[in-house]
Amino acid sequence: MDEHASGRRQTHRASGLPFARWRRQVSPTGNTGDAIFRVLIFGVALSMVLIVGAMIIALAAHSMLSIREFGFGFLTGREWNPIKGKFGALAFVYGTLVSSLIALLISVPLSLGIAIFLVEQAPRYLSRPITYLVELLAAIPSVVYGLWGIFVLAPFLREHVEPLLARWFGWLPLFQGPITGIGLLTGGVILAIMVTPIISAVVRDVLAAVPNTQREAALALGATKWETTLVVLVNGAPGIAGAVILGLGRAVGETMAVTMVIGNRPQISPSLFEPSYTLASVIANEFTEATADIYLSSLVELGLILFLVTFVVNAVARVLVWRVTRKTAGVGMAV
Amino acid sequence: MESYAQDSRSGDGGVAQIAICARKLTACATSMGARSRTDRSRRATSAVMTSLTAVCTLLAVSTLIIILSYIALRGIGALSFRFLVDPPRPVGEGGGIGNAIVGSAVLLLLSCVVGIPAGIGTGVYLSEFGGGRFGSIVRFLVDTLTGIPSIVTGVFVYAVVVLRMKHFSALAGGIALALIMVPIVARTTEEMIRLVPHSLREGALALGAPQWRVTMGVVIPAAASGIATGAMLAVARVSGETAPLLFTAFGSRFFPRNLNEPIASLTVQIYNYAISPYDEWHAQAWAATLVLMALILSINIGVRFLTRKKFS
Repeated sequence: MDEHASGRRQTHRASGLPFARWRRQVSPTGNTGDAIFRVLIFGVALSMVLIVGAMIIALAAHSMLSIREFGFGFLTGREWNPIKGKFGALAFVYGTLVSSLIALLISVPLSLGIAIFLVEQAPRYLSRPITYLVELLAAIPSVVYGLWGIFVLAPFLREHVEPLLARWFGWLPLFQGPITGIGLLTGGVILAIMVTPIISAVVRDVLAAVPNTQREAALALGATKWETTLVVLVNGAPGIAGAVILGLGRAVGETMAVTMVIGNRPQISPSLFEPSYTLASVIANEFTEATADIYLSSLVELGLILFLVTFVVNAVARVLVWRVTRKTAGVGMAV
Repeated sequence: MESYAQDSRSGDGGVAQIAICARKLTACATSMGARSRTDRSRRATSAVMTSLTAVCTLLAVSTLIIILSYIALRGIGALSFRFLVDPPRPVGEGGGIGNAIVGSAVLLLLSCVVGIPAGIGTGVYLSEFGGGRFGSIVRFLVDTLTGIPSIVTGVFVYAVVVLRMKHFSALAGGIALALIMVPIVARTTEEMIRLVPHSLREGALALGAPQWRVTMGVVIPAAASGIATGAMLAVARVSGETAPLLFTAFGSRFFPRNLNEPIASLTVQIYNYAISPYDEWHAQAWAATLVLMALILSINIGVRFLTRKKFS
């Protein structure tokens, strides 16, 4: 369709009066209605570009004060003290990274298992409803996960999981300290539940895009079911990496659920039982309290960091997933 | 032209990959022949690993069931007619979420008015004219926009709208939600329009219709149910958003009177009640969650039911 249109555009480009030429450039059919329609719809599409541009400019402009004051020290500063007017983001970066890593450690094997089960093993009558149920996990809002995290998951981890971890792995600094149920570990677990449907959906698309000839070849050589699956996984490896990175992007930006269970204390402690704080949750908690200009500006700078990180992470993930799935048309990336 | 180049590249990549794979498989096969005694352990590994994948799936599905049943069990207790229509009251005096339900409805309506036309417009552009370089830039930006944390959208709207108006407002909240909605609607619209067969477009063009009439009168109606599905799912997604509302719509303890003042929403109310120290408010948070989940699940299941009827 478009190929055709651009071809015609070129043949008309040289001819006609300025207005007619412009109209033809806008609309190859030379119809005024078409010209208006194209301009309108192009304007809407252009507004998407402008919105992203405006986001970058607005976030950068409002964090200028903080960028000028602290420079790169903002990222390495450990102190976050609104009263003294000193702002450093290291504790939040640490909390965000560690909680996201815990989430990935749990959810990546889980999501791979789910995707393999749904694509490679389950019969169609099972895989369709189960796919839908797993996708429903993604439909539950963040604040609901948070509520469930506070009143169900945190007490459960406090009573049953964290004491065991402390007993078995207590010699590691990771599992030392007071057990409250509110902290990095709980934040990571809740993130894992939230990210699993996203990673597994993309991995499912990726595995489904691996050509059947690969499976048949492996089976024909006498490979077992699992060995065949490994061949499929190797084929989809870049896409799977993309899915994991996409999940990372989601985990890094998740706000409400983490805010409600991570304890919100800006500290860097090796213990996973200790409370922590993430980039997103400090914005959520302190934005409306920020009265001083430099305080607000520092919070906006945290938002800018979050924007840039998720932007890059998403771009990389999309490219990786696209490398595998582009061969099969119509594979949606609707997550 | 560009697409041809891509095709040939992807073709080369595919061939190379198959070649590598074949080499691996041959290696695998020779080792298999040499060590046929390990056959049993290979089969055992296969059985264990394949059943582990089933366990993973079971784990995810049971988590869903556990979460949903907690919401149902804890929420049903505090639910009553008065709870659904009353505004909040101080602790110990009951009160409800009437204003939050109205507030959420207003915010969703606002976001739909802005977000759905913009999303459909972008989707139409991407599917009908989006083959060139600008099209792929827009597609890329729309894709990455869906991955931007919603709290960042909130910060952006705060900087652009709230700071300028100098107060929190329903309008700002609606804009924030619309920004989250647009990329979702745009991508589903694009995919749905791509499913419309070319013969329909060609038929209409052959009858002498200009392109805008073909798009508006033939292509969009043909994809309408799919576009509506996408829009409904976007509404479901946005209705659960909390973070971007915290400092745009802010929240309120009264019924909304105009769009220029802070407005309550179900999600922000759930958040405020959940982190409060009062048991009564915790119970109300669960009940409000039940209402919210009923809305979201009915949209999701309804859409599922409608599309199944249509496409199978």
